[in-house]
Amino acid sequence: MAEALEAIKALATGFATTFKHLFRKPITEEYPEFKRTLPERTRARIILTRDPDGGERCVACYLCSAVCPVSCISMQSAEKEDGRRYATWFRINFARCIYCGLCEEACPTSAIQLTAMFETCERDILTLVYEKEDLLVDHGGKDKEYNFYKYAGVVTQEGGKGEHIKEDKPVNVKSNLP
Amino acid sequence: MTIYSIIFYILALLILVSTGLAITRRNLVHAVIYLVFSFFGSALLFYLFGAPLLAVLEVIIYAGAIMILFLFIIMMVKVETSEERMFPLNQWLPAAVIGLLYLAIGALLVSSAPGKDIPLEMALTHPKEFGQYLFQRHWLSIEIVSLLLLIALIGALHLGRRKREEKIEEKP
Amino acid sequence: MDWIIGIIVLIVKLGLVLVGLLLLAAYLVWVERKFLARLQIRYGPNRAGKFGLLQPIADALKLMVKEDTVPEAADRILFLLAPAVVATSALLMFAVVPFGSHLTLWGKKIPLVITDLNVGLLYVFALSSLGVYGVALGGWASNSKYSLLGGIRGAAQMISYELALGLSLVPIVMHAGSFSIVDIVNAQAKYPFILLQPFAFVIFIVSAMAESKRIPFDLPEAENELGAGYHTEYSGMRFGLFFLGEYVHMQVLGAFVAVFFLGGWRGPLLPAPVWLFIKIILVALIMIWIRGTLPRLRYDQLMAVGWKVLIPAALLNIMVTGAILLI
Repeated sequence: MAEALEAIKALATGFATTFKHLFRKPITEEYPEFKRTLPERTRARIILTRDPDGGERCVACYLCSAVCPVSCISMQSAEKEDGRRYATWFRINFARCIYCGLCEEACPTSAIQLTAMFETCERDILTLVYEKEDLLVDHGGKDKEYNFYKYAGVVTQEGGKGEHIKEDKPVNVKSNLP
Repeated sequence: MTIYSIIFYILALLILVSTGLAITRRNLVHAVIYLVFSFFGSALLFYLFGAPLLAVLEVIIYAGAIMILFLFIIMMVKVETSEERMFPLNQWLPAAVIGLLYLAIGALLVSSAPGKDIPLEMALTHPKEFGQYLFQRHWLSIEIVSLLLLIALIGALHLGRRKREEKIEEKP
Repeated sequence: MDWIIGIIVLIVKLGLVLVGLLLLAAYLVWVERKFLARLQIRYGPNRAGKFGLLQPIADALKLMVKEDTVPEAADRILFLLAPAVVATSALLMFAVVPFGSHLTLWGKKIPLVITDLNVGLLYVFALSSLGVYGVALGGWASNSKYSLLGGIRGAAQMISYELALGLSLVPIVMHAGSFSIVDIVNAQAKYPFILLQPFAFVIFIVSAMAESKRIPFDLPEAENELGAGYHTEYSGMRFGLFFLGEYVHMQVLGAFVAVFFLGGWRGPLLPAPVWLFIKIILVALIMIWIRGTLPRLRYDQLMAVGWKVLIPAALLNIMVTGAILLI
């Protein structure tokens, strides 16, 4: 008997709760009218950032293209006279992109960064193929200070052999002889 | 021919064809479906004869409950349909003998039916009168039948109950 | 001449009831989604038209233009037929529901019911037991594990609860002294049967909800275990027919709760069909409320409730009612 009473009480509280909900204001945020500010690290469409000196960060290493699980990134690498590598073209198909962020993690130069812009919805699916010009931005994104060529041991305008940050002077191989 | 006799022959054809198909199908579910159609035909026949209660009971009990249980068992057990083969002779023979016997007796009974000499009267009853007739005039047979069903129920329960397994001592 | 007029009246009645049912079924989906949303502190559909009122029409259009796929391993004919069985058996039940006493047009009495069978109540049971075929065969013919499990569960559940459903209505028949639905409504002229038979009412509504496979009893569908159960493999309007069957069933349930316990179309001031409509909607809202509150039962709980609680309670109710009527 006590059990039955308890069961009825439990049922009654359940029904009372849902009944009370009827008169509460819905907590729904109605999306197109109300857009909440997304966290800084939201993973959505990618951008190609520049280093603090204004140069393109992307060195066309193909790592992002290789790691992309849906193979939506493609590019063509080239080299400037001073030794800097760059992408002659860089193409990403956002119709296929799954916003997994693996390209951002693979990128050695912090060039690829994911932004909060997720509203990629178009009538024509081909407008979702973004070229390098669409992706390039004029800032460093989340990583403002980093400049790959100041660290990499590659001879460019940023520095010659042994002139990079945290790099020792090159060793004269012949002096190491016994 | 009145419209009723036309309907009667159509229904009779439906019942015959669907029963025949039900017997010959290899696929059990199809057989059940044809049998359901056959029951439907009989129900409509009852309705045509002025017995709506019987018609509805036919649909509820036979088409609605018993055949669903058949279907349920078939679906649960998932019998593989066997490939085409004839039954062995020692199964054919008794079946044929009993079938012929049944046909002969049936023909005999039909030919000597009282309907030939005494015209049967059409009986149109409402469920109320039918129930009163059944439960006031024949209550004893109803009770006997229900006792039989009760025995069957208890028997099934007894057979279906698992023998109490010996208690397995719990490991410390 | 008379029989021509009779046929015309019958066709008009059939057409009106059919259109009304289908429209109400569509808008019941809207009511359910809206009301359920408010129970869960959401808004529900509010994009298509004002308050999302065009949503059912949009849904229906979408279902109709979608591709109608049949799985390769399915039993084609049975697969195609099963949804029709569900929808038809639900729709046909309305043939015996009275919408009022009668209209007088050009000096002729037109009863506001499609047909007044003297076995009306049993006719409803016959149809509801045929609805099981749609579920069981839909599940079997799809040739998929989820569908088969859903179909088996559906068959077992509906068979079990049909008993309780039937037994719960026996006291009503005893009070009214007739199987005819019109007579049952007329017997409630003074007071509705819910006052005489509150227990029968509870048993009826619980087992009827199980019969229409709604949420505390939606094991045959069980989205999170079986995909969608017996209609996992269906698409397009065939899926729509299953859906239609479910919502028509909801109206049928509302109508029968009204007819058996709430006095049918009887009510003060308003015209009779309006009262029936109000009662149907009221029952539907209560069912949605239950859906928004209770979780799904486990399979053994489902069977225990059916066989160990509802059927004995219904039998006891019959005996007590019989004893009281005799004295």
